[in-house]
Amino acid sequence: MRVSYFPGCALHGTALEYDESTRAMSGLLGVELCELPDWNCCGASSAHVTDESLASGLVARNLAIAQKQGMDVVVPCAACYSRFKVGEKEALAGAESQKLNFRILNLLEFLITSGLRDKIKEIKKRPLSGLKVVCYYGCLLVRPPKVTGARNYENPKEMDELLGLLGAEVIPWSYKTDCCGGSLVLTRTDIVRRLTQKLLDEALEAGAEAIAAACPLCQSNLDSRQEEISREAGKRYELPVLYFTELVGLSLGHSDAGKWLKRHFVDPTKLLASKGLI
Amino acid sequence: MLEKRMMNSSPAYQDFFAESGIQVQDCYQCQKCSAGCPVAFAMDYKPNQIMQMVSLGMKDRVLSSKTIWVCASCYTCSTRCPNDIDIAKMMDWLRQTALREGVAPAEKEVPLFHAAFLDSIRIHGRIHELGMMARYKMKTGRYWDDFRLGWKMFTKGKLKLWPSRISRKKEIAVLFTKPKP
Repeated sequence: MRVSYFPGCALHGTALEYDESTRAMSGLLGVELCELPDWNCCGASSAHVTDESLASGLVARNLAIAQKQGMDVVVPCAACYSRFKVGEKEALAGAESQKLNFRILNLLEFLITSGLRDKIKEIKKRPLSGLKVVCYYGCLLVRPPKVTGARNYENPKEMDELLGLLGAEVIPWSYKTDCCGGSLVLTRTDIVRRLTQKLLDEALEAGAEAIAAACPLCQSNLDSRQEEISREAGKRYELPVLYFTELVGLSLGHSDAGKWLKRHFVDPTKLLASKGLI
Repeated sequence: MLEKRMMNSSPAYQDFFAESGIQVQDCYQCQKCSAGCPVAFAMDYKPNQIMQMVSLGMKDRVLSSKTIWVCASCYTCSTRCPNDIDIAKMMDWLRQTALREGVAPAEKEVPLFHAAFLDSIRIHGRIHELGMMARYKMKTGRYWDDFRLGWKMFTKGKLKLWPSRISRKKEIAVLFTKPKP
């Protein structure tokens, strides 16, 4: 199966392990990811909060490239995915009302709607059994539902199902789509720390040993700010935060997993070794 | 009290806000937006108050509020509004208008971050995270903030020294020079 792939800027930088594990997982599943040629930044929050026409133009250029490729576009980053979906709506509503000849899919949507679930089950090598994990979706994969089309926007279940399929002990919690403060990442780090600490506290309260994430900004905030939060709070936070693709890759027995895990701030190797996963 | 508040408003300003295309007049102040807002604690006016101020046409206070810059664009308000008012989109419009009209932002750093972010897109067509962070620090003078974190990211191979560039940069330049409506 071939699909277009839009990694976005974060997956080429701060979320490198998300890109690496996505590509690795896709390879094992027989999916060929064709990176959109000469793609540009989606503009993320900065474009749409300050300049509407720039935001539309940036997305439209990517959509035009994708239209030429004519294959479904898989977008792992939640922020890019959201901008693509907004662009799709704008294209339809515009003067020329253009319907796209491809679907825009986030990675979870793609795995579940493309019949890859059975394949994952079939080629699973190491079950994630005994791994207590909460799934964190963040904002932009689901909200606003008018844009994303998400049906269970207050309680999404795709990641829960996927990791459950691999044998993980997925714990229900009420904070799946609470904001981590993503767009304030460098400006109001005090707000980011407060929101992130709340998420960590709730995950621990639920009994999680790790958080599974599907957005580069969420993962980065949750993983990299734990040291500062610990200093401020006077108690130690050390909760591994993994991309769900890393867990899938591990379970499918990909040999590069060690490389991804080294990129984390909170070292997940001890936990994963104790479950026999590495 | 209401009389005093009304004095700050005017029909002309109400027309001005109507340009946003957001149906603020549908708001019946149930406060669901503020109850669900994750950053309400850091705002000077809660989202429902901003909606009320907008419908009263209190332009200056709204555009110079902290609220519009603290809003994290998480869309919880727009998702939960029982009257289907796109509050988050209203916040976008308010920020864009504040910038266009040169209103001094109550949260100085936030628009500077956005400017640094967009600079990176204008120059490379993509975000070069290290360059963007450096540019943001130059703009704000906050050189040492998150230095440790940045260094750690660098050692983990997450911050690239060199930018990834697109080849047809002219197509991006055009978007930046387009006249604004």
